[in-house]
Amino acid sequence: MSTANLDPSLDAATAHGAEHEEEDHRMFGFIVFLLSESVIFLSFFVGYIVYKTSAADWFPAGFEGLEVREPLINTVVLVSSSFVIYFAERFLHKENLWGFRAFWLLTMAMGSFFLYGQAVEWMGLPFGFTDGLFGGTFYLLTGFHGLHVLTGVLLQGIMLGRSFLPNNYAGGEFGVASTSLFWHFVDVIWIVLFILIYVWQ
Amino acid sequence: MSNASAVASLQPQPGAPDNWRRFFSFSTDHKVIGIQYIVTAFVFFLFGGLLAMVMRGELITPDADLVDRTVYNGLFTMHGTIMLFMWTFPMLNGLANYLVPLQIGARDMAFPRLNAAAFWLVPVFGVILVLSFFVPGGPSQSGWWAYPPVSLQNPTGNLINGQSLWLLAVALSGVSSIMGAVNIVTTIFRMRAPGMGWFKMPAFCWTVLSAQMIQLVGLPALTAGAVMLLLDLTVGTSFFNPELGGDPILYQHFFWFYSHPAVYVIVLPIFGVFSEVFPVYARKPLFGYKVVAISSLIITGLSLIVWVHHMFASGTPGWMRMLFMFTTMAISVPTGIKVFAWVATIWGGKLRLTTGMLFALGGLSTFLFAGITGIMLASAPFDIHVNNTYFVVGHFHYVINGAVVMGFYAAIYHWFPKMTGRMYYEGLGKLHCALTFIGINLIFLPMHPLGLQGMPRRVASYDPEFAFWNVLASLGGFLLGVSTLPFILNMLSSWVQGKAAPDNPWRAIGLEWLVSSPPPHENFEQLPVVVAGPYGYGSDEPLVSNDPNQKPTEELAREHS
Repeated sequence: MSTANLDPSLDAATAHGAEHEEEDHRMFGFIVFLLSESVIFLSFFVGYIVYKTSAADWFPAGFEGLEVREPLINTVVLVSSSFVIYFAERFLHKENLWGFRAFWLLTMAMGSFFLYGQAVEWMGLPFGFTDGLFGGTFYLLTGFHGLHVLTGVLLQGIMLGRSFLPNNYAGGEFGVASTSLFWHFVDVIWIVLFILIYVWQ
Repeated sequence: MSNASAVASLQPQPGAPDNWRRFFSFSTDHKVIGIQYIVTAFVFFLFGGLLAMVMRGELITPDADLVDRTVYNGLFTMHGTIMLFMWTFPMLNGLANYLVPLQIGARDMAFPRLNAAAFWLVPVFGVILVLSFFVPGGPSQSGWWAYPPVSLQNPTGNLINGQSLWLLAVALSGVSSIMGAVNIVTTIFRMRAPGMGWFKMPAFCWTVLSAQMIQLVGLPALTAGAVMLLLDLTVGTSFFNPELGGDPILYQHFFWFYSHPAVYVIVLPIFGVFSEVFPVYARKPLFGYKVVAISSLIITGLSLIVWVHHMFASGTPGWMRMLFMFTTMAISVPTGIKVFAWVATIWGGKLRLTTGMLFALGGLSTFLFAGITGIMLASAPFDIHVNNTYFVVGHFHYVINGAVVMGFYAAIYHWFPKMTGRMYYEGLGKLHCALTFIGINLIFLPMHPLGLQGMPRRVASYDPEFAFWNVLASLGGFLLGVSTLPFILNMLSSWVQGKAAPDNPWRAIGLEWLVSSPPPHENFEQLPVVVAGPYGYGSDEPLVSNDPNQKPTEELAREHS
């Protein structure tokens, strides 16, 4: 093997190329991870369907069914936030940092609103997680999804903070792109979850 | 990669330093991590084997006289858990870590730090599992599959008990495995050397890729089941608790949806090892390379739809039994294709019986036997008859101790010169191989007649009519324990003072054999340009381009991607 490319300028070019390459790997790896993560949700969904179709007493005694109106508002907010975060990313690509920050913050606010709505709903419910299979699966699914929303909002907070460091988004935007992808993922999961738990009662 | 390290990688590097301290550091070098995995896994293998030998000591007489029955329950639970989660998975991750970047012509894994983090979780959950021996009530006693309601009993009433520690350890193992799988899949997809198309990739990499894809799809299901089981155990939800209206069978589905494919996670890389080892020592190309490669992916697909064959006796409806009986038999087709390919590879070859080759041949023959009993068990009427007997134990130990452990040994001997830069002692190696092969057959063959006669598994005492075969099996078990001694002696003494190994002691074809032994830091001074398939034995075709006028490989790499 030759040592022809020991020239330092070429090395710099190679290192730069390698950095981009690594960035691509990270996105690829992150997508692989999300696919794997989706199987956990899929397993919980399958469990929910099995329980719902086979359990003798599905709802806890005295409970008629879930209220759909507030969760629907929550759903609309969360789904819209996916579009908002898309525009935030577009601003970053156009190197409009303040546009990015504004829309990014709006996404965070919508995510926080969703979490707040979820907490209010939880506190108003007449059953707990030990109340039968419905109680268990309801809190498991919404709780596990809520944890993902919380993770998403925290990640967004970190990315927002990073945008104030000088030149932080000059090269790659892997952190922003992956946070945004994660957010879309959490959204899609919620749509399935909403249909399973709230629509199909 | 920073600029400085890019320059450093181009400097001629001496062989990896013989500094043992690096194996105790948070190294991000895939070769160090690979050896860390392998050695850690082997320590747990010895521990799990020790537990098995206590069990065989108990079973040498019909009465439960050596250990208490509850201790015996803990022993088989921990034996199974340790052997699967702490020996086979880390061991194959170690092999994949060490070999995949070298074989595909990459400088390291895609995510070196993630790689190191995944490894360092192994000792953490290993220690958690071992600590469960010392909590009140002892370790988990519900078997390695932790079926509820047995696993929900919690007689001590403590939050920290054997079962919850078991679940914690398995969960951490899952996290580590997912990190490893993301890393390995990304590495194989994105970091192959220029010119290395899919069908120029060694069969080992194909099998590792197939195995890790199973991890990604299957493991989350076990995680979901484990989370629900942990909630049942700790906070009193009712998912799997039949007393509260839960469904314990659903847990079995979650568990086996992962844990059956897990068998393929373990055995597929061993198929890869066989596919690497046979051509080298038979001096012939791997027969039907493309078919062997693709059959790995077919096994991945089929492995995800066979799990109910573990539940034929769990009140499974007839149509489901029938369906899964067919899929289970179908999976033996791609597996059989591989066996035929290996036999055709060695057929008429000029065999060199090194220790690695002998282990591979031994592993192939035990695997064939396991495959035959596997087909028997796939048939639901037979399976219901021998369900939970020693026949099943004999069958899967022929797979896991026969094929997999012998395959691991084959891999270690085959790549030992590459990993350490030293040659091992053939005489000791062959002694090790003979003892292992005799030991495996002596312990696991008698389990088949025992199972057919109806001896149940997981019992500390048995009817005296079963004594003869049990004594034989116990002797085999002790022999298997003894067989590790020449191995340890061989590895330690060869690593310290063995003869220096040349770069390619077996005259093998493959990128890993083109670099020095042990390979330098970052493996390749300049990324190789692959121009031929991986098994060009008997042809003069070069594996990599040695045209001095070729484009700089980085440029080619960019065009390639």
